[in-house]
Amino acid sequence: MIQTVEQFDAYVAAEKKIEPKDWMPDGYRKTLIRQISQHAHSEVVGMLPEGNWITRAPSLQRKAILLAKVQDEAGHGLYLYSAAETLGVERSDLVDDLLSGKAKYSSIFNYPVLTWADIGAIGWLVDGAAILNQVPLCRCSYGPYSRSMIRVCKEESFHQRQGYSIMVELMKGNEAQREMAQDALNRWWWPSLMMFGPSDKDSEHSSQNMKWKIKRFTNDELRQRMVDMTVPQAECIGLKMPDKELKWNDETGHHDFGEIDWDEFYNVLAGNGPCNEERLAVRNKAHDDGAWVREAAVAYADKKKKTKG
Amino acid sequence: MNKSQHKQALLRLGDDALILGQRLGEWCGHAPALEEDIALTNIALDLIGQTQSYLSLAGSLHEDDTQTDDQLAFHRIERDFQNLLLVEQPNGDFGDTIVRQFLFDYYALFRAEHIASQVFDIDAAAIAAKAIKEIRYHADHSSKWVIRLGDGTDESHSRVQKSLNKLWKFTGEMFTVDEIDIVGAASGLLPDLDSIKTKWDSAINAVLKDATLKRPEDGWMQKGGRSGIHTESFGFLLAEMQSLPRAYPDATW
Amino acid sequence: MSDTKNNWPLWEVFIRSKQGLGHKHVGSLHASDAEMAIGNARDVYTRRQEGVSIWVVPSESISASSPKDSEALFDPANDKVYRHPTFFVLPDEVNHM
Repeated sequence: MIQTVEQFDAYVAAEKKIEPKDWMPDGYRKTLIRQISQHAHSEVVGMLPEGNWITRAPSLQRKAILLAKVQDEAGHGLYLYSAAETLGVERSDLVDDLLSGKAKYSSIFNYPVLTWADIGAIGWLVDGAAILNQVPLCRCSYGPYSRSMIRVCKEESFHQRQGYSIMVELMKGNEAQREMAQDALNRWWWPSLMMFGPSDKDSEHSSQNMKWKIKRFTNDELRQRMVDMTVPQAECIGLKMPDKELKWNDETGHHDFGEIDWDEFYNVLAGNGPCNEERLAVRNKAHDDGAWVREAAVAYADKKKKTKG
Repeated sequence: MNKSQHKQALLRLGDDALILGQRLGEWCGHAPALEEDIALTNIALDLIGQTQSYLSLAGSLHEDDTQTDDQLAFHRIERDFQNLLLVEQPNGDFGDTIVRQFLFDYYALFRAEHIASQVFDIDAAAIAAKAIKEIRYHADHSSKWVIRLGDGTDESHSRVQKSLNKLWKFTGEMFTVDEIDIVGAASGLLPDLDSIKTKWDSAINAVLKDATLKRPEDGWMQKGGRSGIHTESFGFLLAEMQSLPRAYPDATW
Repeated sequence: MSDTKNNWPLWEVFIRSKQGLGHKHVGSLHASDAEMAIGNARDVYTRRQEGVSIWVVPSESISASSPKDSEALFDPANDKVYRHPTFFVLPDEVNHM
């Protein structure tokens, strides 16, 4: 049985799983709550930009696929809130932190989704980056988080493919469609590289989280993987990567690529992105507009309990 | 029923599902709870699936060459859509959406039960047979919400009663018989709307009773959707839905 | 179960993935009553036909053993090897038992 930090560290180092009722260091619990709830918030806020295109999807099949995808995101948010709640917090408190702007969510969703090709780029690049981040988390040391990530990853594999298939279809289309696709890649490429977080030399949580096995690879390792994975996928359908410094490096066996605009990264993070305010306003409105409904359901359940009891 | 009437009958089935599915799609990310977001999108997904089936079948009856479901959904004008006015009504608040769904679900259910059992069009029967399972769940979902809201708080009771009063004028159209209904019923494809109305009344009344809601009086009923005369909000719905395929008429997606 | 914030209570969800298997815990969700919990569980946890039957249980109704009792609860079974069939060596002539 785990009672001390030393025992805990040894247990986790041996790749054993921690379960909700096990003893754990406060920092571990807090970090997990922060990480899992941020992840959940990202799924929920992430529904908005893509949800905006459900009504405008250009075919019935695309409409159905996008509905299913955005619905999955709601589901993933829910699995993750459910994992966070095993750590002794309530979803409503986590949601309050999101609505007040105290909690963070992935900055990528503060970029505007302007054309149908953006829906393709999001699935391909944003979900692609998310998968790279998430697959290692399936082996995370905290049982409920690892189990929800397994579920999420299993379901998410179709998300990336549907996005790429939108791009493939556009690149097979007319000149205007190809331009739409290239423009979307140009706008989404750098923000999706930013999704892996600050460079390793500036990342504050990395080493402790690696030790706790709630992070498996560094931000820069995962970012490199993203570049190596995406370049051939883009080339294969005739898209050009929007990075002049991008080239294959025989020595490292990886692509070299240009420097991220960290100024933009930190500004969007700080709330200065094109859609920060709008996204939060929409979430707040949905929450406020739904209050009477949630209240009514509780009142009804209470009445029924009384008549039964 | 001639080929063109047959096609129109199928278009009505497809259009009802398409327009309601489109409206529900607007909810995505805005529902009162995350769980309800998932429930509403599930219903929307079922409806879009039904749309694809019915419109493809309708398109196969086009006089010259076959029309696809997408051509029918994205390249017809307002006056060519034959959905009920009820399903195109704006989402309003959650109560409005639930009441709209509830009033439609039982009509759709009894209609699908008939279509599943007829032999005039066995393809339509197969689509309806699959749809019945989905619609039963939709009706269950909307009924339970009508009851929760009706018998919940004072505020929810008064809100949902208002939704009911407001939308009631669109229920008459479901049971108004026109030429397509007459020839459709004669061929066996479409149900006798009087018998659907009897079943619908008893299903609706039972739920409203549990919900402690008052069934509005049948006053003047709005109609026109079945003959392509829609409410004003419908043009906006179509403009949004069709914008991309119309901007790029030759593109595939 | 409701508190001042009108939060819907938490439910644990168990799904039978196919006939012949037991219900397995898959996660949790919020719902105001049991009917809603079953509906939500269906929409949340069986979107890809993962189930044929659903149980929902109010989370607060679950009593769980504590990790601090786990030695007392589970270790004593460790030395009862004779409960496992491989403990018994069969004569070579007997192939299956």
